[in-house]
Amino acid sequence: MTEKKINCKHMTALCEKLNEYESYRKFIVYKDKVLALGNDSLEKTIAIAVALCLVCAVLVSFAAVALKPLQIDNKAADMKQNILDVAGLLEEGANINTTFAQKIEAKIVDLETGAYVENINADEYDQRKAAKDPAQSIAIPKDKDIAHIRVKAKYAKVFLVKDGGQLKSIILPMHGYGLWSTLYGFLSLDADGQTVQSINFYDQQETPGLGGEVVNPNWRALWKGKKVYAESEQHSADKGSIAEASIGEPALSLIKGAVDNTRPGSQYQVDGLAGATLTSTGVTNLVRYWMGNEGFAPYLKKVRTVQGS
Amino acid sequence: MSAILNDETKKVLTAPLVNDNPITLQVLGICSALAVTSQMSTSLIMALALTLVTAFSSAAISAIRNHIPSSIRIIVQMTIIASLVIVVDQLLKAFAYDVSKQLSVFVGLIITNCIVMGRAEGYAMKNPPLESFMDGIGNGLGYSLILIIVAFFRETLGSGKLLGIEVFKLTKDGGWYDPNGLMLLPPSAFFIIGLIIWGVRQWKPAQAEKVEFKIMSISHGEGGHH
Repeated sequence: MTEKKINCKHMTALCEKLNEYESYRKFIVYKDKVLALGNDSLEKTIAIAVALCLVCAVLVSFAAVALKPLQIDNKAADMKQNILDVAGLLEEGANINTTFAQKIEAKIVDLETGAYVENINADEYDQRKAAKDPAQSIAIPKDKDIAHIRVKAKYAKVFLVKDGGQLKSIILPMHGYGLWSTLYGFLSLDADGQTVQSINFYDQQETPGLGGEVVNPNWRALWKGKKVYAESEQHSADKGSIAEASIGEPALSLIKGAVDNTRPGSQYQVDGLAGATLTSTGVTNLVRYWMGNEGFAPYLKKVRTVQGS
Repeated sequence: MSAILNDETKKVLTAPLVNDNPITLQVLGICSALAVTSQMSTSLIMALALTLVTAFSSAAISAIRNHIPSSIRIIVQMTIIASLVIVVDQLLKAFAYDVSKQLSVFVGLIITNCIVMGRAEGYAMKNPPLESFMDGIGNGLGYSLILIIVAFFRETLGSGKLLGIEVFKLTKDGGWYDPNGLMLLPPSAFFIIGLIIWGVRQWKPAQAEKVEFKIMSISHGEGGHH
Protein backbone atom coordinates (compact mmCIF):
# COMPACT_ATOMS: atom_id res chain seq x y z
CA MET A 1 0.00 0.00 0.00
CA THR A 2 2.56 2.55 1.14
CA GLU A 3 4.67 1.97 -1.96
CA LYS A 4 1.95 3.42 -4.12
CA LYS A 5 2.61 6.90 -5.46
CA ILE A 6 0.40 9.73 -4.31
CA ASN A 7 -1.54 11.46 -7.05
CA CYS A 8 -0.35 15.01 -7.38
CA LYS A 9 -3.09 17.60 -7.82
CA HIS A 10 -1.57 20.76 -6.36
CA MET A 11 2.01 22.05 -6.27
CA THR A 12 3.03 19.22 -8.60
CA ALA A 13 6.79 19.79 -8.52
CA LEU A 14 6.94 19.80 -4.72
CA CYS A 15 4.59 16.85 -4.53
CA GLU A 16 6.69 14.79 -6.96
CA LYS A 17 9.78 15.56 -4.93
CA LEU A 18 8.08 14.56 -1.66
CA ASN A 19 6.82 11.38 -3.31
CA GLU A 20 10.38 10.10 -3.23
CA TYR A 21 10.21 9.81 0.55
CA GLU A 22 8.46 6.81 1.99
CA SER A 23 7.54 8.58 5.24
CA TYR A 24 5.68 11.22 3.25
CA ARG A 25 3.68 8.59 1.41
CA LYS A 26 2.89 6.88 4.71
CA PHE A 27 1.79 10.20 6.16
CA ILE A 28 -0.58 10.90 3.26
CA VAL A 29 -2.08 7.45 3.46
CA TYR A 30 -2.57 7.80 7.21
CA LYS A 31 -4.05 11.29 6.79
CA ASP A 32 -6.63 10.00 4.30
CA LYS A 33 -7.45 7.12 6.60
CA VAL A 34 -7.98 9.35 9.64
CA LEU A 35 -10.04 11.92 7.76
CA ALA A 36 -12.31 9.15 6.56
CA LEU A 37 -13.00 8.05 10.13
CA GLY A 38 -16.10 9.14 11.99
CA ASN A 39 -15.64 12.50 13.72
CA ASP A 40 -16.25 11.05 17.15
CA SER A 41 -13.86 8.12 16.96
CA LEU A 42 -11.10 8.21 19.57
CA GLU A 43 -8.32 7.93 17.01
CA LYS A 44 -9.56 10.85 14.97
CA THR A 45 -10.11 12.99 18.05
CA ILE A 46 -6.52 12.45 19.17
CA ALA A 47 -5.10 12.84 15.65
CA ILE A 48 -6.96 16.12 15.08
CA ALA A 49 -5.88 17.45 18.48
CA VAL A 50 -2.22 16.62 17.81
CA ALA A 51 -2.27 18.02 14.28
CA LEU A 52 -3.98 21.23 15.40
CA CYS A 53 -1.49 21.73 18.24
CA LEU A 54 1.42 21.23 15.84
CA VAL A 55 0.11 23.73 13.31
CA CYS A 56 -0.72 26.33 15.95
CA ALA A 57 2.60 25.85 17.76
CA VAL A 58 4.53 26.39 14.53
CA LEU A 59 2.49 29.50 13.74
CA VAL A 60 2.92 31.04 17.18
CA SER A 61 6.62 30.25 17.52
CA PHE A 62 7.33 31.52 14.03
CA ALA A 63 5.66 34.85 14.85
CA ALA A 64 7.43 35.10 18.21
CA VAL A 65 10.90 34.32 16.85
CA ALA A 66 10.63 36.31 13.64
CA LEU A 67 9.39 39.46 15.39
CA LYS A 68 11.72 39.26 18.40
CA PRO A 69 14.45 41.63 17.07
CA LEU A 70 11.88 44.34 16.32
CA GLN A 71 10.31 43.95 19.76
CA ILE A 72 13.68 44.22 21.51
CA ASP A 73 14.44 47.42 19.59
CA ASN A 74 11.05 48.84 20.59
CA LYS A 75 11.64 48.03 24.25
CA ALA A 76 15.09 49.64 24.22
CA ALA A 77 13.77 52.75 22.48
CA ASP A 78 10.92 52.93 24.99
CA MET A 79 13.36 52.78 27.92
CA LYS A 80 15.48 55.52 26.35
CA GLN A 81 12.36 57.61 25.91
CA ASN A 82 11.51 57.21 29.60
CA ILE A 83 14.99 58.26 30.63
CA LEU A 84 14.93 61.30 28.34
CA ASP A 85 11.50 62.14 29.72
CA VAL A 86 12.63 62.14 33.35
CA ALA A 87 15.74 64.12 32.33
CA GLY A 88 13.48 66.72 30.71
CA LEU A 89 15.21 66.21 27.37
CA LEU A 90 12.31 64.78 25.43
CA GLU A 91 11.64 66.91 22.37
CA GLU A 92 8.87 66.43 19.89
CA GLY A 93 10.22 65.09 16.61
CA ALA A 94 13.81 64.63 17.77
CA ASN A 95 15.38 61.23 17.24
CA ILE A 96 15.45 59.41 20.56
CA ASN A 97 18.55 57.38 19.82
CA THR A 98 20.66 60.38 18.77
CA THR A 99 19.58 62.57 21.69
CA PHE A 100 20.23 59.73 24.08
CA ALA A 101 23.68 59.03 22.67
CA GLN A 102 24.61 62.73 22.76
CA LYS A 103 23.38 63.72 26.19
CA ILE A 104 23.16 60.67 28.40
CA GLU A 105 25.81 58.42 29.83
CA ALA A 106 25.00 55.14 31.54
CA LYS A 107 27.13 54.14 34.52
CA ILE A 108 27.19 51.10 36.77
CA VAL A 109 27.30 51.79 40.50
CA ASP A 110 28.18 49.39 43.29
CA LEU A 111 25.33 50.05 45.73
CA GLU A 112 27.36 49.08 48.80
CA THR A 113 30.40 51.28 48.24
CA GLY A 114 28.79 53.88 45.99
CA ALA A 115 31.71 53.64 43.59
CA TYR A 116 31.49 53.28 39.82
CA VAL A 117 32.17 49.80 38.47
CA GLU A 118 34.13 50.12 35.28
CA ASN A 119 34.52 46.49 34.20
CA ILE A 120 30.85 46.00 33.29
CA ASN A 121 29.46 47.22 29.99
CA ALA A 122 26.83 49.71 31.11
CA ASP A 123 24.91 49.55 27.83
CA GLU A 124 24.32 45.84 28.14
CA TYR A 125 23.76 45.56 31.89
CA ASP A 126 20.15 44.87 32.86
CA GLN A 127 19.48 45.66 36.50
CA ARG A 128 16.06 43.99 36.55
CA LYS A 129 17.53 40.78 35.19
CA ALA A 130 20.47 40.96 37.60
CA ALA A 131 18.11 41.28 40.57
CA LYS A 132 16.65 37.89 39.65
CA ASP A 133 20.04 36.20 39.37
CA PRO A 134 21.26 34.92 42.79
CA ALA A 135 24.90 35.44 41.76
CA GLN A 136 24.33 39.13 41.02
CA SER A 137 21.88 40.03 43.75
CA ILE A 138 21.64 40.42 47.51
CA ALA A 139 18.74 39.42 49.74
CA ILE A 140 17.48 42.40 51.73
CA PRO A 141 17.03 41.83 55.48
CA LYS A 142 13.34 41.94 56.39
CA ASP A 143 13.60 44.91 58.76
CA LYS A 144 15.29 47.02 56.07
CA ASP A 145 13.05 45.98 53.21
CA ILE A 146 10.64 48.91 53.39
CA ALA A 147 10.03 48.83 49.63
CA HIS A 148 8.99 45.13 49.82
CA ILE A 149 11.24 43.94 47.01
CA ARG A 150 13.10 41.13 48.89
CA VAL A 151 16.20 41.19 46.66
CA LYS A 152 18.22 43.89 44.94
CA ALA A 153 20.94 43.75 42.32
CA LYS A 154 24.46 44.37 43.65
CA TYR A 155 25.06 46.88 40.91
CA ALA A 156 22.67 49.56 39.78
CA LYS A 157 22.55 51.30 36.44
CA VAL A 158 22.40 55.08 36.76
CA PHE A 159 22.30 57.68 34.02
CA LEU A 160 24.20 60.95 34.01
CA VAL A 161 23.20 63.98 32.01
CA LYS A 162 26.17 66.18 31.19
CA ASP A 163 26.37 69.45 29.35
CA GLY A 164 29.84 70.57 28.31
CA GLY A 165 31.48 68.30 30.87
CA GLN A 166 29.30 69.75 33.65
CA LEU A 167 27.06 67.27 35.48
CA LYS A 168 23.46 68.43 35.02
CA SER A 169 21.42 65.64 36.50
CA ILE A 170 21.63 62.19 37.98
CA ILE A 171 18.93 59.69 37.03
CA LEU A 172 18.43 56.87 39.49
CA PRO A 173 16.31 53.74 38.99
CA MET A 174 13.89 52.78 41.74
CA HIS A 175 11.26 50.16 42.29
CA GLY A 176 8.99 49.04 45.07
CA TYR A 177 5.59 47.62 45.86
CA GLY A 178 2.45 49.72 45.67
CA LEU A 179 -1.03 48.24 46.02
CA TRP A 180 -1.31 45.73 43.16
CA SER A 181 2.03 45.84 41.47
CA THR A 182 5.69 46.64 41.67
CA LEU A 183 6.24 50.17 40.43
CA TYR A 184 9.36 50.74 38.37
CA GLY A 185 10.55 54.28 37.82
CA PHE A 186 13.31 56.84 37.71
CA LEU A 187 14.07 59.78 39.96
CA SER A 188 16.10 62.56 38.44
CA LEU A 189 18.16 64.72 40.82
CA ASP A 190 20.20 67.89 40.37
CA ALA A 191 23.98 67.56 40.48
CA ASP A 192 23.78 68.33 44.23
CA GLY A 193 22.25 64.88 44.74
CA GLN A 194 19.53 66.51 46.82
CA THR A 195 17.06 68.48 44.71
CA VAL A 196 14.47 66.57 42.70
CA GLN A 197 14.10 67.41 39.02
CA SER A 198 11.49 64.90 38.03
CA ILE A 199 10.02 61.47 38.67
CA ASN A 200 8.70 58.97 36.16
CA PHE A 201 7.10 55.57 36.63
CA TYR A 202 7.35 53.54 33.46
CA ASP A 203 6.00 50.20 34.60
CA GLN A 204 3.11 49.87 37.05
CA GLN A 205 -0.32 48.27 37.24
CA GLU A 206 -1.96 50.38 39.93
CA THR A 207 -5.70 51.16 39.75
CA PRO A 208 -6.32 53.37 36.71
CA GLY A 209 -7.55 56.80 37.79
CA LEU A 210 -6.42 56.34 41.41
CA GLY A 211 -2.98 54.83 42.05
CA GLY A 212 -2.41 54.81 38.30
CA GLU A 213 -2.26 58.61 38.54
CA VAL A 214 1.47 58.23 39.37
CA VAL A 215 1.95 58.77 35.63
CA ASN A 216 -0.15 61.97 35.58
CA PRO A 217 2.06 64.86 34.34
CA ASN A 218 0.37 67.32 36.73
CA TRP A 219 1.19 65.20 39.76
CA ARG A 220 4.71 64.50 38.53
CA ALA A 221 5.30 68.24 38.16
CA LEU A 222 4.76 68.65 41.93
CA TRP A 223 8.06 66.85 42.56
CA LYS A 224 10.21 69.49 40.93
CA GLY A 225 12.41 71.32 43.45
CA LYS A 226 11.60 69.03 46.38
CA LYS A 227 14.48 67.94 48.62
CA VAL A 228 15.30 64.31 49.23
CA TYR A 229 17.43 64.48 52.39
CA ALA A 230 16.78 66.37 55.61
CA GLU A 231 19.13 69.34 55.87
CA SER A 232 20.22 70.62 59.24
CA GLU A 233 19.37 74.24 60.03
CA GLN A 234 22.73 76.02 60.12
CA HIS A 235 23.76 74.62 56.77
CA SER A 236 20.60 75.37 54.88
CA ALA A 237 21.10 79.04 55.78
CA ASP A 238 24.52 78.92 54.15
CA LYS A 239 23.82 79.25 50.46
CA GLY A 240 27.31 78.18 49.38
CA SER A 241 28.33 74.66 48.47
CA ILE A 242 26.44 72.01 50.34
CA ALA A 243 28.66 70.49 52.97
CA GLU A 244 28.44 66.77 53.40
CA ALA A 245 27.49 67.07 57.04
CA SER A 246 24.29 68.93 56.20
CA ILE A 247 22.77 65.92 54.52
CA GLY A 248 20.77 63.67 56.78
CA GLU A 249 18.37 60.78 56.24
CA PRO A 250 15.89 60.68 53.36
CA ALA A 251 12.93 62.80 54.41
CA LEU A 252 10.88 63.06 51.24
CA SER A 253 7.37 61.67 51.56
CA LEU A 254 3.85 61.81 50.17
CA ILE A 255 1.35 63.30 52.57
CA LYS A 256 -2.43 63.11 52.72
CA GLY A 257 -4.03 65.99 50.88
CA ALA A 258 -2.26 68.97 49.39
CA VAL A 259 1.04 70.39 50.61
CA ASP A 260 0.95 73.84 52.20
CA ASN A 261 4.07 75.39 50.69
CA THR A 262 4.34 78.09 53.37
CA ARG A 263 4.91 75.64 56.22
CA PRO A 264 8.39 74.54 57.26
CA GLY A 265 9.26 71.09 55.97
CA SER A 266 7.09 71.45 52.87
CA GLN A 267 10.21 71.04 50.74
CA TYR A 268 10.19 67.38 51.77
CA GLN A 269 6.51 66.83 51.01
CA VAL A 270 4.56 65.96 47.89
CA ASP A 271 0.75 65.75 47.57
CA GLY A 272 -0.51 62.22 48.10
CA LEU A 273 -2.64 60.61 45.41
CA ALA A 274 -6.32 61.08 46.15
CA GLY A 275 -8.04 57.77 46.85
CA ALA A 276 -4.77 55.82 46.68
CA THR A 277 -3.31 55.68 50.18
CA LEU A 278 -1.52 52.39 49.66
CA THR A 279 0.07 53.44 46.38
CA SER A 280 1.14 56.73 48.02
CA THR A 281 2.70 54.88 50.95
CA GLY A 282 4.40 52.54 48.47
CA VAL A 283 5.89 55.48 46.58
CA THR A 284 7.15 57.09 49.82
CA ASN A 285 8.70 53.79 50.89
CA LEU A 286 10.40 53.07 47.60
CA VAL A 287 11.83 56.59 47.37
CA ARG A 288 13.10 56.36 50.96
CA TYR A 289 14.53 52.90 50.39
CA TRP A 290 16.42 53.76 47.22
CA MET A 291 17.64 57.10 48.55
CA GLY A 292 18.67 55.52 51.87
CA ASN A 293 21.82 53.67 52.87
CA GLU A 294 20.59 50.46 51.27
CA GLY A 295 20.18 52.33 48.00
CA PHE A 296 21.96 55.31 46.52
CA ALA A 297 22.95 57.27 49.66
CA PRO A 298 26.61 56.09 49.56
CA TYR A 299 26.79 56.88 45.86
CA LEU A 300 25.24 60.34 46.19
CA LYS A 301 27.63 61.12 49.07
CA LYS A 302 30.53 60.35 46.73
CA VAL A 303 29.02 62.48 43.96
CA ARG A 304 28.66 65.45 46.34
CA THR A 305 32.27 65.14 47.54
CA VAL A 306 33.51 65.18 43.96
CA GLN A 307 31.29 68.15 43.09
CA GLY A 308 32.32 70.07 46.22
CA SER A 309 36.04 69.64 45.70
CA MET B 1 -17.39 44.21 -6.38
CA SER B 2 -21.03 43.27 -6.33
CA ALA B 3 -20.26 40.35 -8.61
CA ILE B 4 -18.09 38.77 -5.91
CA LEU B 5 -20.50 39.45 -3.09
CA ASN B 6 -23.57 37.30 -3.37
CA ASP B 7 -26.64 37.96 -1.27
CA GLU B 8 -25.51 35.79 1.64
CA THR B 9 -22.10 37.50 1.95
CA LYS B 10 -23.71 40.90 1.65
CA LYS B 11 -26.14 39.98 4.39
CA VAL B 12 -23.50 38.67 6.81
CA LEU B 13 -21.36 41.72 6.14
CA THR B 14 -23.98 44.41 6.73
CA ALA B 15 -26.48 42.89 9.15
CA PRO B 16 -24.14 43.08 12.20
CA LEU B 17 -23.73 46.84 11.75
CA VAL B 18 -27.15 47.81 13.08
CA ASN B 19 -29.78 45.10 12.74
CA ASP B 20 -27.77 42.35 14.42
CA ASN B 21 -25.05 44.33 16.16
CA PRO B 22 -23.00 42.14 18.53
CA ILE B 23 -22.84 44.84 21.21
CA THR B 24 -26.21 46.57 21.05
CA LEU B 25 -28.42 43.61 20.22
CA GLN B 26 -26.52 40.58 21.50
CA VAL B 27 -24.74 42.55 24.27
CA LEU B 28 -21.48 40.65 23.76
CA GLY B 29 -17.92 41.90 24.06
CA ILE B 30 -18.81 44.59 26.57
CA CYS B 31 -15.73 44.23 28.79
CA SER B 32 -13.19 45.34 26.23
CA ALA B 33 -15.60 48.01 25.00
CA LEU B 34 -15.45 49.52 28.49
CA ALA B 35 -11.73 49.20 28.89
CA VAL B 36 -10.17 50.55 25.72
CA THR B 37 -12.54 53.32 24.69
CA SER B 38 -11.09 56.24 26.68
CA GLN B 39 -9.05 57.10 23.58
CA MET B 40 -9.89 56.89 19.90
CA SER B 41 -6.47 55.54 18.90
CA THR B 42 -6.61 52.52 21.22
CA SER B 43 -10.21 51.86 20.19
CA LEU B 44 -9.30 51.82 16.51
CA ILE B 45 -6.43 49.39 17.02
CA MET B 46 -8.55 47.18 19.27
CA ALA B 47 -11.36 47.22 16.68
CA LEU B 48 -8.94 46.29 13.92
CA ALA B 49 -7.36 43.52 16.00
CA LEU B 50 -10.73 42.04 16.94
CA THR B 51 -12.04 42.22 13.38
CA LEU B 52 -8.99 40.42 12.01
CA VAL B 53 -9.06 37.76 14.71
CA THR B 54 -12.79 37.12 14.28
CA ALA B 55 -12.51 36.93 10.48
CA PHE B 56 -9.48 34.66 10.30
CA SER B 57 -10.51 32.40 13.16
CA SER B 58 -13.98 31.98 11.67
CA ALA B 59 -12.45 31.15 8.28
CA ALA B 60 -9.99 28.66 9.78
CA ILE B 61 -12.61 26.97 11.93
CA SER B 62 -15.03 26.83 9.03
CA ALA B 63 -12.38 25.26 6.78
CA ILE B 64 -11.97 22.28 9.10
CA ARG B 65 -15.54 22.27 10.45
CA ASN B 66 -16.38 18.89 8.92
CA HIS B 67 -13.50 17.22 10.72
CA ILE B 68 -13.78 18.77 14.19
CA PRO B 69 -14.64 16.03 16.71
CA SER B 70 -17.64 17.29 18.64
CA SER B 71 -16.18 16.23 22.00
CA ILE B 72 -13.26 18.66 21.68
CA ARG B 73 -15.09 21.22 19.56
CA ILE B 74 -14.72 24.19 21.93
CA ILE B 75 -11.07 23.41 22.68
CA VAL B 76 -10.27 23.29 18.96
CA GLN B 77 -11.95 26.67 18.46
CA MET B 78 -10.15 28.17 21.45
CA THR B 79 -6.77 26.88 20.26
CA ILE B 80 -7.22 28.49 16.85
CA ILE B 81 -8.47 31.76 18.34
CA ALA B 82 -5.73 31.87 20.98
CA SER B 83 -2.99 31.26 18.41
CA LEU B 84 -4.28 34.07 16.22
CA VAL B 85 -4.54 36.44 19.18
CA ILE B 86 -0.95 35.72 20.20
CA VAL B 87 0.19 36.40 16.64
CA VAL B 88 -1.73 39.70 16.63
CA ASP B 89 -0.24 40.62 20.02
CA GLN B 90 3.27 39.87 18.75
CA LEU B 91 2.64 41.95 15.62
CA LEU B 92 1.45 44.89 17.72
CA LYS B 93 4.48 44.65 19.99
CA ALA B 94 6.70 44.72 16.92
CA PHE B 95 4.97 47.39 14.84
CA ALA B 96 2.82 49.48 17.21
CA TYR B 97 4.62 49.29 20.54
CA ASP B 98 3.02 52.34 22.16
CA VAL B 99 -0.48 51.18 21.35
CA SER B 100 0.28 47.65 22.54
CA LYS B 101 1.48 49.10 25.86
CA GLN B 102 -1.78 51.01 26.27
CA LEU B 103 -3.92 48.04 25.29
CA SER B 104 -1.80 45.81 27.58
CA VAL B 105 -3.85 42.80 28.63
CA PHE B 106 -6.86 43.61 26.49
CA VAL B 107 -5.31 42.24 23.31
CA GLY B 108 -4.73 38.95 25.10
CA LEU B 109 -8.28 39.07 26.34
CA ILE B 110 -9.62 38.99 22.76
CA ILE B 111 -9.26 35.23 23.30
CA THR B 112 -12.15 35.32 25.72
CA ASN B 113 -14.13 37.95 23.82
CA CYS B 114 -17.60 36.53 23.45
CA ILE B 115 -17.98 37.86 19.91
CA VAL B 116 -15.14 35.73 18.54
CA MET B 117 -16.34 32.56 20.24
CA GLY B 118 -19.94 33.37 19.42
CA ARG B 119 -19.27 33.67 15.68
CA ALA B 120 -17.11 30.54 15.65
CA GLU B 121 -19.72 28.43 17.39
CA GLY B 122 -22.81 30.11 15.95
CA TYR B 123 -21.82 30.65 12.33
CA ALA B 124 -18.45 29.22 11.26
CA MET B 125 -19.28 25.67 12.40
CA LYS B 126 -22.17 25.53 9.92
CA ASN B 127 -21.07 27.67 6.97
CA PRO B 128 -18.33 27.65 4.31
CA PRO B 129 -15.04 29.53 4.87
CA LEU B 130 -15.65 32.59 2.67
CA GLU B 131 -19.03 33.36 4.21
CA SER B 132 -17.57 32.75 7.67
CA PHE B 133 -14.73 35.14 6.92
CA MET B 134 -17.19 37.81 5.80
CA ASP B 135 -19.34 37.14 8.84
CA GLY B 136 -16.28 37.72 11.02
CA ILE B 137 -15.50 40.97 9.21
CA GLY B 138 -19.13 42.08 9.52
CA ASN B 139 -19.32 41.38 13.25
CA GLY B 140 -15.91 42.98 13.76
CA LEU B 141 -17.19 46.08 11.98
CA GLY B 142 -20.34 46.12 14.11
CA TYR B 143 -18.15 46.01 17.23
CA SER B 144 -15.84 48.66 15.74
CA LEU B 145 -18.74 50.99 15.03
CA ILE B 146 -19.88 50.99 18.65
CA LEU B 147 -16.30 51.33 19.93
CA ILE B 148 -15.71 54.33 17.70
CA ILE B 149 -18.93 56.04 18.81
CA VAL B 150 -18.13 55.43 22.49
CA ALA B 151 -14.51 56.53 22.09
CA PHE B 152 -15.62 59.66 20.24
CA PHE B 153 -17.69 60.84 23.21
CA ARG B 154 -15.26 59.66 25.87
CA GLU B 155 -12.17 61.26 24.38
CA THR B 156 -13.76 64.56 23.37
CA LEU B 157 -15.70 65.07 26.62
CA GLY B 158 -13.08 63.46 28.87
CA SER B 159 -9.91 65.06 27.62
CA GLY B 160 -11.03 67.62 25.04
CA LYS B 161 -9.16 65.81 22.30
CA LEU B 162 -9.80 63.52 19.38
CA LEU B 163 -7.04 61.17 18.28
CA GLY B 164 -4.76 63.26 20.47
CA ILE B 165 -5.61 66.48 18.62
CA GLU B 166 -7.18 69.26 20.68
CA VAL B 167 -10.84 69.98 19.92
CA PHE B 168 -11.90 71.82 23.08
CA LYS B 169 -9.35 74.06 24.77
CA LEU B 170 -9.11 72.97 28.40
CA THR B 171 -9.40 75.42 31.30
CA LYS B 172 -6.02 74.31 32.65
CA ASP B 173 -4.45 75.44 29.37
CA GLY B 174 -6.35 78.73 29.48
CA GLY B 175 -9.36 77.57 27.45
CA TRP B 176 -13.04 77.26 28.31
CA TYR B 177 -13.67 73.51 28.63
CA ASP B 178 -13.53 71.80 31.99
CA PRO B 179 -13.10 68.09 31.17
CA ASN B 180 -15.52 65.55 32.57
CA GLY B 181 -13.34 63.15 34.56
CA LEU B 182 -16.06 60.50 34.63
CA MET B 183 -15.66 60.08 30.87
CA LEU B 184 -12.13 58.77 31.41
CA LEU B 185 -13.33 56.03 33.75
CA PRO B 186 -14.82 52.75 32.46
CA PRO B 187 -18.35 53.29 33.89
CA SER B 188 -18.94 56.13 31.41
CA ALA B 189 -18.77 53.56 28.59
CA PHE B 190 -21.67 51.76 30.29
CA PHE B 191 -23.76 54.92 30.17
CA ILE B 192 -22.91 55.63 26.54
CA ILE B 193 -23.52 52.05 25.41
CA GLY B 194 -26.80 52.08 27.36
CA LEU B 195 -27.87 55.26 25.58
CA ILE B 196 -26.88 53.80 22.20
CA ILE B 197 -28.90 50.64 22.88
CA TRP B 198 -31.87 52.76 23.92
CA GLY B 199 -31.55 54.86 20.77
CA VAL B 200 -31.27 51.85 18.45
CA ARG B 201 -34.26 50.13 20.03
CA GLN B 202 -36.36 53.27 19.74
CA TRP B 203 -35.41 53.44 16.08
CA LYS B 204 -35.97 49.72 15.47
CA PRO B 205 -38.59 48.58 17.98
CA ALA B 206 -38.27 44.98 16.74
CA GLN B 207 -34.99 44.75 18.68
CA ALA B 208 -36.59 45.49 22.02
CA GLU B 209 -36.96 42.39 24.15
CA LYS B 210 -40.40 41.27 25.22
CA VAL B 211 -41.24 42.09 28.80
CA GLU B 212 -40.83 38.91 30.83
CA PHE B 213 -43.01 39.89 33.74
CA LYS B 214 -45.87 42.27 33.96
CA ILE B 215 -46.69 44.13 37.11
CA MET B 216 -50.42 43.70 37.51
CA SER B 217 -52.62 45.96 39.46
CA ILE B 218 -54.52 44.17 42.24
CA SER B 219 -57.85 43.47 40.75
CA HIS B 220 -60.86 44.32 42.87
CA GLY B 221 -63.65 41.98 43.66
CA GLU B 222 -61.61 38.79 44.10
CA GLY B 223 -61.54 37.50 47.64
CA GLY B 224 -61.55 40.98 49.00
CA HIS B 225 -64.40 40.45 51.42
CA HIS B 226 -63.43 39.23 54.82
